Amino acid sequence: MPEQKATWKEANIAGLVFEPGSSAEYNTGTWRTRRPVHDMNKCTHCMICWVYCPDSAVIVRDGRWAAFDYDHCKGCGICASVCPIKTEAHEHTGKEGKVIQMVLEEE
Amino acid sequence: MVVSTRMALDGAHAAAHAMRQINPDVVAAYPITPQTAIVQTFSQYVADGEVDTEFIAVESEHAAMSACVGAASAGGRVMTATAANGLALMWEILYIAASSRLPIVMSVVNRALSAPLNIHCDHSDSMGARDAGWIQLYSETGQEAYDNLFQAVRISEHPDLLLPVMVMQDGFITGHGVGRVDVLDDSAVQDFIGTYKAKHSLLDVDHPTTFGSWDMYDYYFEHKRQQTDAMSKAMKVIVDVGKEFGETFGRSYGIFDSYAVDDADLAIIVLSSTAGTARTTVKKLRAEGVKIGLLKPRVFRPFPAQEFVDALKGVKAVAVLDRSVSFGAMYGAGPMFLEVSAALFAGGSQAKAVNYIYGLRGRDVIPEHIEQVASDLQEVADTGKVKSLVNYLGLRE
Repeated sequence: MPEQKATWKEANIAGLVFEPGSSAEYNTGTWRTRRPVHDMNKCTHCMICWVYCPDSAVIVRDGRWAAFDYDHCKGCGICASVCPIKTEAHEHTGKEGKVIQMVLEEE
Repeated sequence: MVVSTRMALDGAHAAAHAMRQINPDVVAAYPITPQTAIVQTFSQYVADGEVDTEFIAVESEHAAMSACVGAASAGGRVMTATAANGLALMWEILYIAASSRLPIVMSVVNRALSAPLNIHCDHSDSMGARDAGWIQLYSETGQEAYDNLFQAVRISEHPDLLLPVMVMQDGFITGHGVGRVDVLDDSAVQDFIGTYKAKHSLLDVDHPTTFGSWDMYDYYFEHKRQQTDAMSKAMKVIVDVGKEFGETFGRSYGIFDSYAVDDADLAIIVLSSTAGTARTTVKKLRAEGVKIGLLKPRVFRPFPAQEFVDALKGVKAVAVLDRSVSFGAMYGAGPMFLEVSAALFAGGSQAKAVNYIYGLRGRDVIPEHIEQVASDLQEVADTGKVKSLVNYLGLRE
């Protein structure tokens, strides 16, 4: 069943939002046309992608690169651009290049 | 008993007195002729410690309205003042203030928009802002500009509305023209306006709230509908507050200030100071047996459509005088004519309406002009035909 949204009589005035931190519920990942893929074998866990990601979509566990948050990654490609580590054959794409590479969303 | 002091004030100083007595939490403003006297006088009150207001001297009108939005979001009672190009520079933030449902009150001293550069009165500034979501009250005299500001505070802060209000007066003609103003007792003003406690505030850390949120296709439409709903409720609030003001201070305010309209065949509709000239002329014509009346709207936003139809019942010919042009609109008409015409059509009125553009950039309108309008109207009423729909008063042809 689709989510029931508030009618104009029910909606908060002027779009005020009363729940702090609720932007996490907004899955901006649906905007993405290209997504980053990551080669865990060659990653040095330097975390430069984590520093640069404007959407906090790089998930880190125990100080190590863990995953992309694809619910919020908009596919901007900054992580792939700043990734300093090279690979000869990427784990996912098989292509020579960086540890983080961009692929079309449907690939 | 109402305590008031009779003073000789120009409209701008009357507005500054009103702001002093309202004692807003925040005023952010930038000076521009002919509003300067308001901001300059009010900033002196701040410097002299006569008000508790935080006065923000900003770098532009865009910044002035932006600061007002911030201060009002923080729950403050907020005011500003501007004119002409200053109002134009606020445009973007006018919409944000209204759409954010912030009860900001602004004193506007009507002045022509450039170019060519002209500092004198017409209504192109506030008429250009007519769709921004603000309530608009027009004042004929300094007294009205003064009284309207107190009512504007009550109207804008009404919980059903939470809409910003701009109060207009005519630049120089009213703004710099000295007239009699009954200045109310400070404490009586405070009793009338009461204290303002915003329901939501940026500074309420116990109830963290996001203001100015991202609003996509799934909700923006609903929020716009809420705004039209608030506007539709505004007329009753404006009437109620005007009535209460009258009961408290002896000067009642409604949607119109009409003169001799009830049994009239002919009617003239005009805003602000020109209503004074028109009233004098209508009185003279009435004495000569012409069945003519004057309808001066005080409220332009929300537009009193049904109220116009009701007020003009029985009128055969009506002239709408516009002190601005809606360029490219039907026959180059003025904005008030366009809306009055639409209201009359939608309301099934049989009255013939004609438009007169007048007084652009401070061009004088004199009793002879009004008499010309009356004479034209008589011909329209007698023949049932409109020879010229959009006309110009005082233009060299």
